[in-house]
Amino acid sequence: MKSVSDLEEIRRIIGLHKRWDLIFMITGIIALMIAVLTFMALFAHMLVDGMPRLSWDFFTSFPSRRPESAGILSAWVGTTLVMLVTAVAAVPLGIGSGVYLEEYASKNLLTEIIEINVTNLAGVPSIIYGLLALGLFVYQLGFGQSILAAGLALALLILPVVIVATREAIRSIPITIREGAYALGATKWQTVSDHLLPYSLAGILTGIIIGLARAIGETAPIITIGALTFIAFLPPSPVKSEFPYISFEWLTAPFTVMPIQMFNWVSRPEEAFQLNAAAAGLVLVVMTLAMNGLAIYLRYRMRKNIKW
Amino acid sequence: MQIDPEKSLELIQYKSEVKNLSFYYGEFNALKNINMVLHDKKITALIGPSGCGKSTFLRCFNRMHDLYPGNRYEGEIILHPDDVNILASNVDPIEVRMRISMVFQKPNPFPKSIYDNVAYGLRVRGIKQRAILEEKVESALRNSALWDEVKDRLHDLAFNLSGGQQQRLCIARALATDPEILLFDEPTSALDPIATASIEELITDLKNKVTILIVTHNMQQAARVSDYTAYMYLGELIEFDVTDTIFIKPKNKQTEDYITGRFG
Repeated sequence: MKSVSDLEEIRRIIGLHKRWDLIFMITGIIALMIAVLTFMALFAHMLVDGMPRLSWDFFTSFPSRRPESAGILSAWVGTTLVMLVTAVAAVPLGIGSGVYLEEYASKNLLTEIIEINVTNLAGVPSIIYGLLALGLFVYQLGFGQSILAAGLALALLILPVVIVATREAIRSIPITIREGAYALGATKWQTVSDHLLPYSLAGILTGIIIGLARAIGETAPIITIGALTFIAFLPPSPVKSEFPYISFEWLTAPFTVMPIQMFNWVSRPEEAFQLNAAAAGLVLVVMTLAMNGLAIYLRYRMRKNIKW
Repeated sequence: MQIDPEKSLELIQYKSEVKNLSFYYGEFNALKNINMVLHDKKITALIGPSGCGKSTFLRCFNRMHDLYPGNRYEGEIILHPDDVNILASNVDPIEVRMRISMVFQKPNPFPKSIYDNVAYGLRVRGIKQRAILEEKVESALRNSALWDEVKDRLHDLAFNLSGGQQQRLCIARALATDPEILLFDEPTSALDPIATASIEELITDLKNKVTILIVTHNMQQAARVSDYTAYMYLGELIEFDVTDTIFIKPKNKQTEDYITGRFG
């Protein structure tokens, strides 16, 4: 049995120590608030500025010298088409590389070096990819300042993200599942196509969408390859009324994208253009958040049947 | 072709012969010069303390070690009746795995339906006709004593089954392809006593159909289910004999110490 004075001493020490809990909690909340409130304030400001400009016309009008009739038609169409090229290029290349590195490549010095390189590529500044694309796609391969060149530049940018996501998704499959498939006499390709890819699809898709969400806001590489900032026409339609009904002319068309349209408007002196930029920014943020939301939903949906 | 009567008798007796088998994980010598036989349509148990190499030995039979770099076999495992050395480098491990099936320590059903799990081995072999698949799936599920429990929900996810049912599903999956040898790697170590009893019963029932090699941690299990038992220690085969002899009158002192619980 402790004496009363001992117990009081213990309580005093506990109280002293608990004070640090309180201090840390307050510091933590302040730190969190700085981050969250800053974003909220920015978003709210953009909402207040941009909301009145958002209308059907804003989405269906080309940019114009008169701010009140200017819209983002060429920008969002450009962004959509560039993203399409990016996805079509980056998805097969990324998944293919990831599967090869994880399942086929023999573990030696060369693959180690390649692996380290792939991880490092994710950290290369995006303007470097822009320079590479300018030299390779625009001039060397002669794609010009086109949707194709921009899409491929952004595909290079997000390739490491897709590769790493693929490898991690495959690696999270328990070894017993992989061995179970091989033990039944499956070849590598049967194991990959019947098991590893289907079971890792949620993780791979998440990686792809996160990569695309990063690419959609990229400005530097697009400016580097020379995207036009004022475009008052749309690329040729991919669907034709006569045979063969599909056309790829749009790939070589000049274009603009959302962040460039914003950048263009922000740099104008007239206040009314600033409001347009805020409205375009709002659309871009919503597009990005929607993609991230889709990634979370897909992951939840596809993991439901897979527990390990 | 003239058949030597003694040779043909041996062919009937032995499903497989292990000759001077050594195995290396890189530099580490995990199995040392093992000589043993598997009797046809009998159950052979591998016992021994953890790390003695019994699972490593089992996994030589379906060339599982080929999946990882740096592993090396020496010696031979002869499979009868065609006398092929399944460890030979010119023998495709996939061909070996198509003849010799395996059931793992932890139930490892694929995240697919019950039906697709059992049918997978058949599909890998290129069987596509629905009627054949359905017939083989049903007979495999019957042979693994699971049919009555799952016949109304063949297209449910395999993960919805209990642990014991999942392991019987894995046995059905391994049986569906009519293997010549069935390997069990501690098949009950992740299961409760009731599920264990049902798996043991199933293994005993299977012996008329297929040659079985089972690794077990549990000596009572070896005594209950097996016809022959091999005791391994530190990568060596210490003693191999009829199960009753191993458990009642072992010739080797080490085996006796392990069996009687003085060690291990």
